[in-house]
Amino acid sequence: MSTLTAQPLSPQPLAPELPANHYLNESHGLKSWLLTTDHKRIALLYMASITLMFAIGGIFAMLMRLELLTPPADLVSDDTYNKLFTMHGIIMVWFFLIPSIPTTLGNFLVPMMIGAKDLAFPKLNLMSWYLFNIGAVVTIYAILSGGVDGGWTFYTPLSTGYLNSHVVAAATGIFIAGFSSILTGLNFIVTTHRMRAPGMTWKRLPLFMWSNYATSVILVLATPVLAITLALVAVERLLHFGIFNPALGGDPVLFQHLFWFYSHPAVYIMILPAMGVISELISTFSRKRPFGYAYIAGSSIAIAAFGFVVWAHHMFVAGISVYAALVFSLMSYAVSLPSAVKVFNWTATLYKGSISYRTPLLYALGFLGLFTVGGMTGLFLAALGLDVHIHDTYFVVAHFHYIMVGGTIMAYLGGIHYWWPKISGRMYPEVWGRLSALLIFVGFNLTFFPQFILGYLGMPRRYHAYPPEFQVWHVLSTAGASILGVGYLLPLIYLTWSYKNSPVAGPNPWGASGLEWQTQSPPITHNFVTTPIVTREAYDYTGIPAPALAVRSEEEASTYVS
Amino acid sequence: MSSQHILPRRTYFLVFLALEVLTVVTALVASIDLGAANTVVALCIAVTKSTLVVLFFMHVKYSSKMTKLTVILGVFWLMILLGMTMTDYVSRLWSTVR
Ligand code: HEM
Ligand SMILES: [Cu+2]
Repeated sequence: MSTLTAQPLSPQPLAPELPANHYLNESHGLKSWLLTTDHKRIALLYMASITLMFAIGGIFAMLMRLELLTPPADLVSDDTYNKLFTMHGIIMVWFFLIPSIPTTLGNFLVPMMIGAKDLAFPKLNLMSWYLFNIGAVVTIYAILSGGVDGGWTFYTPLSTGYLNSHVVAAATGIFIAGFSSILTGLNFIVTTHRMRAPGMTWKRLPLFMWSNYATSVILVLATPVLAITLALVAVERLLHFGIFNPALGGDPVLFQHLFWFYSHPAVYIMILPAMGVISELISTFSRKRPFGYAYIAGSSIAIAAFGFVVWAHHMFVAGISVYAALVFSLMSYAVSLPSAVKVFNWTATLYKGSISYRTPLLYALGFLGLFTVGGMTGLFLAALGLDVHIHDTYFVVAHFHYIMVGGTIMAYLGGIHYWWPKISGRMYPEVWGRLSALLIFVGFNLTFFPQFILGYLGMPRRYHAYPPEFQVWHVLSTAGASILGVGYLLPLIYLTWSYKNSPVAGPNPWGASGLEWQTQSPPITHNFVTTPIVTREAYDYTGIPAPALAVRSEEEASTYVS
Repeated sequence: MSSQHILPRRTYFLVFLALEVLTVVTALVASIDLGAANTVVALCIAVTKSTLVVLFFMHVKYSSKMTKLTVILGVFWLMILLGMTMTDYVSRLWSTVR
């Protein structure tokens, strides 16, 4: 089946069987994995790495929430607490959120969505995974040999002159992992330009491709600045050159400029791929072309561009010029517009769609609400006056967790469920899937909504003791975190289980329109038997049979065939 | 790749020579006090040198339009970093009461 025309595509078989040959059984043994250049296997390798890092970061989070259950400092010492939030931040930002969607779903899907055999540079892709792991090992070394404190932001002169923890080791780990980011971004850019199948024009690219393209541009442009900045920190710390420390003739605000010039765009590295996933989920489960395709695609590019000119909103109270602050505040308001365009377009896509509330859509709907709250509170923070009150409080903590956890992780999990049939060849268990989506949504809100209130009431971030009147909110938050923890554990268990035990999915269990669904599940190593020739527009559902499937039981199947 | 263009060895030596000369000039200029122009002159020389490297050693002069565009975009983006950072430093004292 190589030519995709507007004619009916072969319907999904009712009782599909696993194909005889696919990328998972093409070769066996550890070596066949560790030396693979197959983008799909590398995606799975990356998935294993980042899941491990997520678990480590999660343990640090749970320890912090336990400490905060009671007002006095009891569970851990102040030094240990400082290290906990620092290492939690470093691991979650650089070793989970930044790589999360691009290196797993992105690696798996970018070639498939454009009808290619692999990424443009398969070996660089493997090298990227190795660099990531080397960076992770160096960072873990920093953790095991005593840890690092001062916050994930490495603010100077604290980090360069006054901390006695493993700052340079941690920064080296991040530096190395940065190169894995650059390689992934470069690979995606070249692949998108050069590897599209005949007929796959830019206007026919799935929205997931557009958002990964925009992300890749940020990865390539911004990551080197972080690398240089961390290198300068190391130079000042080890050699005492005066760069950032005023006592040596340096300028501490310069560090913040450089750091946030990377780190604000970096928050878009985290959210843009998530937005791409959401576009796919919402279209498939409402069986409609996304409303305003061109605007959703264009807003990804606009976010990538505007994201570079708002960074000083992290520095409003750092003593920067009020005139500069005014400009950065205005730009921060401007950057929220393309995000709002997306939210409205997704909602409009749902309108009068043929909606099925499968697990991936539940995650997508969760994303929609949580991302909106996260984005709107970003506007609170970008207001020059209000930020003086809520800067460095729990309000900021709640804001970015709504986006990074409520947004990115919801989308990541939604995407994993949606493409799980493609990745593994089998369905995930629907009931468990819905339960976990619900638990995560409830647990998430219970964890982080109280933090908005705490922050507004004046609880500063990064403290391990607090006045008793704040306790009720902290108790709620810790309770929510426990639910959230269970919610994250569930998919890990049932997806592993489903790999051997669930019903076989077949090539296109969702009746989705993307090219990745026009080949067998799991795909062969080269994805397509012959290079597809694309003659359809993106998200054209005409002739694609509605899902006959997700056959968990004969009975359920019958409700989907009409 | 369109970077198959082969340059005569002479070009490389000339560019190398130019870079060496400019390095010496940088060192010499550093010993003369030009007041506010100190940094400006040093930066001008540095930009000239890096332009030579990009155009000849990195072959951008003989590369596709896409490559040129990418380089220009990179420089433009560096200007954003420097320019918008400077908005802070330049205007910081405007509002102090005189
Ligand atoms: C809708 C656009 C957004 C606006 C206007 C916005 C605004 C802000 C502002 C003004 C701050 C600084 C608050 C302070 O420290 O006083 C901030 C902090 C933060 N935001 Fe956003 N934000 C937006 C979107 C995002 C997104 C999409 C993410 C992540 C994916 C994100 C992640 C963060 C993080 C991590 C911090 C805190 C960094 C730290 O100090 O540790 N924001 N945001
Ligand atoms: Cu920001």
